[in-house]
Order: sequence, then structure tokens, then C-alpha cells
Amino acid sequence: MTEFIQFTLSGIVFGMVYAAIALSLVLTWRGTRLLNFAQGGMAMLTTFIALEVVYKTGSYWEGFVVALAAGVVLGAVVELVVVRPTLGRPELNSVIVTIGLLILLEGLAGIFFGGQFRSFPTAFSITGVHLGKTPLGVSRFDEFVAGVVLASTLILAVAFRFTSAGLRMRAAAFNATVARLSGIRVARVLTVGWALAGLLGALAGVLVSPSTFLYPNSMDSIFVYGFTAAVIGGLDSPPGAVTGGLILGVGLSYVGGYVGGGRGSDLTAIAAMAMLVLVLMLRPAGLFGGASLRRV
Amino acid sequence: MRRVLASIVIVAAVVVLLSIKLNAFRDYQIAEIATYTTAVAGLTVLTGLSGQISLGHGAFMAIGGYTTALLLLHLSWPFVIVLLVSAAITAAAGGVVGVAAARLSGPYLAGATLMLGVALPSIASAYPGTFGGDQGLTVVFNAPAFLGANFPLTRWQAWVATATALVTLTLLASLSRGRIGRNWRAVRDDEVAAAVAGIDVARARVLAFVVSAACGGLAGSLLAVITALVAPGAFPITLSITLLTAAVIGGLGTLPGAVWGALVIVLVQPYITNVAYSHGLSATTSANIPIAAYGLILILIMLAFPQGLQGAVSRLLGFGLVPLKKEDTSERT
Amino acid sequence: MNAPRPPTTRTARRRALTAVALATAALTAAACSSGSSSGPASAASSSGSSNAPLSASAPGVTATTITVGSHQPLTGPAAPGYSEIAPASNAYFQYVNANGGVYGRKIVYKYRDDGYNPTQTASVVRQLVLQDNVYALFDGLGTPTHLAVVNFLNSEKIPDVFVASGCDCWNSPSTTPYTFGWQLDYIREGKVLGQYVAQHFKGKKIGYFYQNDEFGQDGVKGLDYEIPKSMVVARENYVPTNVNIAPQVAALRAAGAQVVVSFSIPAFTALLKLTSLKVSYAPQLVVSNVGSDPITLSGLVEAFAKQGGATVNGNQLINGIITDGYLPSTGNTANSWIALFKKVHDTYDAKAPFDGNVLYGEAVAYTFVAAMFKAGRNPTRASLVSAIQGGLPQGPAVAPYDYSSTSHFGITGTYMGTITNGALTEEGSALTTDTTATGAITSYTGTQQEAPASGVPSP
Repeated sequence: MTEFIQFTLSGIVFGMVYAAIALSLVLTWRGTRLLNFAQGGMAMLTTFIALEVVYKTGSYWEGFVVALAAGVVLGAVVELVVVRPTLGRPELNSVIVTIGLLILLEGLAGIFFGGQFRSFPTAFSITGVHLGKTPLGVSRFDEFVAGVVLASTLILAVAFRFTSAGLRMRAAAFNATVARLSGIRVARVLTVGWALAGLLGALAGVLVSPSTFLYPNSMDSIFVYGFTAAVIGGLDSPPGAVTGGLILGVGLSYVGGYVGGGRGSDLTAIAAMAMLVLVLMLRPAGLFGGASLRRV
Repeated sequence: MRRVLASIVIVAAVVVLLSIKLNAFRDYQIAEIATYTTAVAGLTVLTGLSGQISLGHGAFMAIGGYTTALLLLHLSWPFVIVLLVSAAITAAAGGVVGVAAARLSGPYLAGATLMLGVALPSIASAYPGTFGGDQGLTVVFNAPAFLGANFPLTRWQAWVATATALVTLTLLASLSRGRIGRNWRAVRDDEVAAAVAGIDVARARVLAFVVSAACGGLAGSLLAVITALVAPGAFPITLSITLLTAAVIGGLGTLPGAVWGALVIVLVQPYITNVAYSHGLSATTSANIPIAAYGLILILIMLAFPQGLQGAVSRLLGFGLVPLKKEDTSERT
Repeated sequence: MNAPRPPTTRTARRRALTAVALATAALTAAACSSGSSSGPASAASSSGSSNAPLSASAPGVTATTITVGSHQPLTGPAAPGYSEIAPASNAYFQYVNANGGVYGRKIVYKYRDDGYNPTQTASVVRQLVLQDNVYALFDGLGTPTHLAVVNFLNSEKIPDVFVASGCDCWNSPSTTPYTFGWQLDYIREGKVLGQYVAQHFKGKKIGYFYQNDEFGQDGVKGLDYEIPKSMVVARENYVPTNVNIAPQVAALRAAGAQVVVSFSIPAFTALLKLTSLKVSYAPQLVVSNVGSDPITLSGLVEAFAKQGGATVNGNQLINGIITDGYLPSTGNTANSWIALFKKVHDTYDAKAPFDGNVLYGEAVAYTFVAAMFKAGRNPTRASLVSAIQGGLPQGPAVAPYDYSSTSHFGITGTYMGTITNGALTEEGSALTTDTTATGAITSYTGTQQEAPASGVPSP
């Protein structure tokens, strides 16, 4: 029973990190109908910047804030410089451009920060939290991670639904021409969307790097699972992103813990694929995806 | 079609000439280029002609590669048979994937195929008894006896790979120009209209996956014999992503584009590495520069040549033909 | 076919032009890249008088240089840590070059990035052999990566020396006569660690934590030869691509393992420790030397010592870890080898920390130079192979090499030690053994030689 609790809770924590990446992907998708494959790479870069700040000033929170700010700036810059020129062109071009950006960022990180593992600090204690005498398998920092991601989701969902800024974003993504005719500054909306997504990605990077150690490729597999979580939940839905993240994180935790024969760790990716396929077979646009099929 | 065959013959002659005149390493690179051309050609047909994005093409290469390795290890069939069987088995797998993917579109298809590309090679690690685990399976491939003992293996590999690539390109060109290709393009451009016109949309989409998977399987088979090993580490997700970038950089939906893409994959990074080496930079820096440069080149090519390299070449040589893909004038919904 | 006929011959001509343009482009691209070629391989080799003139006695050898190649993971997920090895080897080669070289020849070390991807390994090794014409392949890193090229190297008769992997697959003189291992193989290591555990932790519950590839599996094989099955209560493995090892740690804890033997890379040793902390689990760790370098481990956990309000201290986390070593400890400054390698490091590779990877790189480079001296004034590829098969002096290794015409194994023994105050403290003499289930583990009674005063092996 203890293990079950531990597996569940640690799965939730990792799931929250996947959810953060998923949220940033949902943001760019809802806002611009584009997938940002460089999201993991951007998060890695902002986390490196944060690390430098932490070591220079000795303060975790200053690093944290700088990471988020860098995420905003990086997101906006990427949209303006790299993604904007590809709009109106074949759709896949923007995918390739973000992939190129990912490769470029990883190369630059290797050059400027070196290829070795870097240890990234946490805001709170990493010793385990207990319920009575039973260790729950999570730490105060893990609780912080979960809390921050949940708060971000709520804010995002509320913003999309109830604010005029959110409405503008959704309108611009749905039909840019009509949105322009309604007086929406579509270009600005795009940039803001990407800037916010950059913020979320930077947040994910800072939250997960203590567990993965920081190096140029550290966010690669987090991104893959984050993307999977977004797809499971439905790319149009922030609550979907969190749900997808939780399902994935907890599911993979159970597979790692309960599958025997020494295969548990190898089967993680296969289990993730199985979950994804299962969800998509039943709901081709994700759990919360609203897209309807057009049948003739 | 006659034009295509003429170009194929010319290319074949040029390759044979090059393979004799250039050194053994260049022969190996020719074999690599041919292998990637085969893979990218299948992917460009799937994504460019039938409009289904695939981020997991490397998985099909893995299936082809492992099938070849196992067949060569346990049975002693001639290589041509092994090649065809690998393609067939991979095609069947492609059919399964195609059926599963038939209802998916856009990013959902991307996500599913991405996970396929990540998960499939890990099967080999999970079942080491059959698949050799992380160390993989060694593949033994020799030049046939009739060529003599001194015939360089790399030249033979270049010929085999090029022949496979050229046959694949010819078959794909024929498919693309025929009814099947027209159906694919119709489905890609407007699914509803295609269905109204009487095209079986699901069938067309699954067929595209089957064909593309067969190409991937052939490429995987070639990769197995020229690198002499199949292992999970040889099919990382970066392979699938590289194949997609090659397809788009080369010119999505065009077969010459597959060749351009393969050339970029094989030649660009070693070239930059050599340049960095000769400037005597530190080890970490000169290892990362080719990577950063490659990413930058991808971005620049996409921004400068939105139709890919083949699009640029077409315009340069004044072909000015009807664009292969309908211009994206509709709003994205 | 219903395709329209070609409208004009102009279009057909353009198509032909395209084909020619493609071909020209390919030729140009081919010619563009430099391909170094060394002097013609002359047949004779005179390994005789010290006054024989230096000649280009083999491909990759000129009168003034010896060019060797390697494949290394300089980028990608496997790069952290391992990417330090080749620059360290190069540092030692530069030191030798500055101090007379090998019979006056300078060593040129060309190591190329393979990203730990066997496909890339196959490509760069062919480039090294077929285009750069290297004399030998030195220190190729990784098991799956090197397996991709071992047959190629042997069929081209390229000396493939001192593979950077503890797989026992490099010991196959009948099928791969040009390939030699160097570091202690994982089975031997497992046996030594296993015997230590069986003797010192009698009656306790033992858990295994291992990387699920040949490194971990071979280590476990060795452990099982020595630790009675009844003592082992849990066997958990991990893959480097999944950092969430909470399930494995939970399982180890649930089984009540009081000692965990870990065949893990440094990142996962650190993760093991950190994750155990979360569940208030504090087993005694016995770790393979692959994953126990104190400097690397401290680096990995140092950030956790910096957080506010926590009771976690970086060095405290790794103190008490039991491990083994087949080279002197980097903390053992009185050792003449450490003094030499530290001096070389400070001069030629100062940016890197002087840790286990740097020590490894320099030590294997030293061994190569020693072998080159033995290969003669005008070495051939065959003379290098026979030089190694004739046996090499121990050098910095703590136990003898097993090189002979029937064995291509390298170091045969290792000592046990504990990490204290951020450094590995050696305990007792080296223990040597073989890779069989019943082979005995014996104390090595010989002593390690001192490093040569000049820092360069004597001819």
C-alpha cells in the first residue's frame, strides 16, 4: 500500500512537469495553430541562464524570476524572428523552423555552457514528506511543483475563457482575417501568445531540472512526454493538458513500479504509446478535444 | 514517365562513375545518401502527397533493419529476398499504423507518430533475447564472389544502395503520376471534396502509410547492411525528426527533393566539422558548432526557400510548373 | 500513361542539365572536403637499432607524426562526463609531444563525435580509416557504438586498441585479433564487489540497482557469481532515458534491502541517493567505479547543498559510498601517477576538473604511448599488435594487464575503497580475478611501479 501511494504521488509530480510543457504547447496551438518543437530547448536555455544568476547572486528566487522573464523574452523573439516569416507558407515549414531552432539552441548551449551535467537547486527541501511514519515519496519541493503548475493552469483557463485578451487570442487563431476585420491586432496577439508559452516552458525547465540535471539535451525526453500529454488531453484545452500530464505521469509510474521481469524501465515508452493510442482511438482529438469529425 | 526513366539512367551512370573514381569513404557516403533518399522519398510521399505528417518514420527503418538482421542471422537467404521480405513486413506494419492513424490529423497524428518513433526501438531493449538488447545484432554483408576478392565492399554497398534507391524513386514516381497519386493529392487538399468525388479516403490514407513504410523498411535494411549493426541506439527519435526535416528542406512532396534532403543529411555536418577542426577550436566547441550550424541552416533554408531546395531549383531552372501543393490560401481552423 | 507529352525539347534539355548539375554538385562536394593522405606504406619495419632513420612505415605514420583516431560521444545525451576523456588523452599526448614524442614522432589525435549513435560511429570510423588514414583506432568509446565498427576495423587490419568499454566482447583474439580492451571489465568488477559484499554484509539483505544494458547486466552476472542468491531481495533496473526512478527505489525499500549494489552511471547514482532521501531510505551503497567518481558526484549534488532551510549537505550525501578503483584515487596526491597526471592536466587541460574521466583519459593515453614505444622505431600495424600481445608494463593500473596472444583483456584487478570527505580512500591491495563463475579472487601482491620521472614511458 505504501508503494502504491508513493508511485501515485511521484507519478503526479512528474505528470505536473509534463503538464507544464503541455500547457505551453496548448498555448501556442490555441493562439497560433502552430506546434513549437523548440519549447524544450528554450526551457533548457532559460534554465541555464537562471543557473548562472543563482550562482552569481546566491539567491534561488532571483534565478527563478530571471528564468521566467527570459522565457517571456525568448518566446516573443522566437515568434517575431523565426516563426512569423513562415506564416502563410506551407504549414510544415514552421515545424521545421522550430526543429532547426531546437538544434541551434542545443548546439549553442553546448558551446557556451559546456556539455557536462549541472546541478540545479530547488526552492524547498528535497527530503521526503511523511504522513505519520510513512514516507509519501514526495518532498516539499514536489508539492511546490504541483501547486505552481495547477495555479498556472487555472489562470490560463480562466484567462482564455473570461478575459477579452483570451477571446482575442482564440479569435485570431480561429480565423485571422475575420479577426483583423474586427480590429484585433493579430500580430501582437501572436507574439503575446508565444511569450506566455515561453514563460510556461521556462517554468517547466526550472521545476524539472533538479531531477534531471541540466545539460543541453536534458529537456528532450521531457518535451516528448509533454507533447504526448498535450495530445492525450487535447491540444485545445488547458485542463486537458493537466489531465493528460497526470494520466501519463501516474500511468508510467505504475508501469515502472509494477511490471516485473526487469522490463519495467524498458517498457516506459511503449506504455506511453499504448496510452496515447488508446485515448486517440476513442477520441481522435484528445480527451477534451472539441473537434468534430466531418463525415460525408 | 520517359523523362523520369531517362534521369534515373543518367543518375545511375553518374553514381557508378563516381563510385569508381572516388575513394572508399566517398563510396560509403554514396551508400548513405542512397539509403536516406529511400527513406525520405517514402516520407515525402506520405507527408507531402497524402498530407499525413509522420514524426516516427525511423520506426519503420528500425523494423526493416531488424528484420534484415534477423533474417541474415538465422537464415541464409540471398540479400534481394531479404530486402523484399523486410519491405513487405514493414509495409504490413505500416498498414497497421495507417489504420490506427486514419482518423487522426495534424498535431494528433504528429504526437502519435512521435511516440511510435520513441517507443518502437525500445522493444529491442525490452526483449534482448530475440533482438540483442542494447548491444544490438551484428550484420554480416559481403560483396558477391563473382566480383572478385579485391572488389571494395564500400563500392558494392554503394551500388546496392543506389540501385534500391533508384528503383524506389521510379516506382514512387509512377505511383505519384497515376491514379493513386492523384487520389492522395485530392485527399490531402480537401478530404470532404475527395470523399464526395467517390475516393475512399481511409483506403488512400492507409495505402500511403503502407507505401511509405515499405520505403522506410528498405532504407532500414540498407542501413543495417552498410553499418553492419542494428541496435536501438541507431534509431533514436532524432533520426525520425532528421528524416522529416530532410523531406521538407528538400522540397516536400517532390522526389528530387528526397535526394536533396539526403545530401543535406549526409554531407552538411561532416563538412562543417572539418571546417571547425581545421580552425583548431576546443573539443567541446568544435563538436557543437556543426550542430548549431545545422540548426541555423535549417532555419535559413526554410525562410529563404519556403518550397524547399527543389522548389528553388525549379524556379532557378525556369520550370515554373504548377505547384505540387495547393497554396495555403484557406484559413486554418 | 496519360501524362502529357513533353511540350518542347527545351524542357528535356533542361532536365538533362539538372542531372548534370546534380552530378557536378556531388563531385564538387566530394572534392571539397579535405582528405589527408599520409605517405605510402612501405613494407619493411626495422625495429632494431636506435639509429635507424624514421620512415613512413605504415599508413598514418610519417617520419614526424603518428595519427590515431577515435570515436567519442562529444554531444548528445551520453556526452556529459565521457566528453572529458578524449581531451584528457590529447593533453597527455601533447605532453609527450613536447617531451621528445615517440622516437621523435608527434602523436596527432583525431577524435570525432558520434553522439553515441552506432550509425554515426560507423560513418566517422570509416572516415578516419578510409579518408584520414589513421594508423590505429584508439579508445573507441561505448559498447553498442564500438560493436558497429569492430568487424570493419578487423577486416581492414586496423589496430583497435584499448576500447573504452568494460564489455568482455573485446576479448576475442580468434575473431577480432586487432581489438584490445583496457579497462577492468564489468564481470570482474562484479565479482570483486560481490565478494566484498558477501563477506562484509553477511546476513543482510542485498538489493541490486543496475543499468539495463550490457554494463549493468554483466556487472550483475559477476555479482551473482559471488553473492548467494538467498541474500538478494530485490533486483531493480533503470534506463538512462527515464529519470523517474522513484518506483525502483520504492521497490528496493519495500523489499527491505539494507545494502544496495549499484551498477549505475554517475547521474543515476546521484539520483538513487536523492530519491532515497525522499522516502527516508538510507541503505549502504556499493557502487561500480563507473558511477562513483567523487568529484562528478559532488558536482551533481552540490546544488542541493545550497538550498535554504534544508538539512542536506552535498558531500555528506556521498560520504560512505563503497566502491572500487583500478587506477589510483584522484585524491591520492602522494601517488606518483596522480602527481604526473595532475601536472599534465594543469598544463594542457586545465579547464576540466581533475576527475575520474580525466584520469581515465590520461592513463589510457599513457598505455598507448608505452605500447607505441614497444612497437619499434618504425612501427607497423602488425608490430603494434604484437607489442601489446607481448605484454605491457602495468603503468598506472593497480593490477596487471592480461594481454597475451590468447587474451585481449586489459586490467585484471581493482581495489576496494570508501568515499570520505569527497575523495576515494583506498583500502587494501588490489584484488585480481577472471571472468568465470568459479575463478578465485586473489590479492595482488605486486606493487605498482612509480611513474617515470620524465612522465614519458621508456622505450
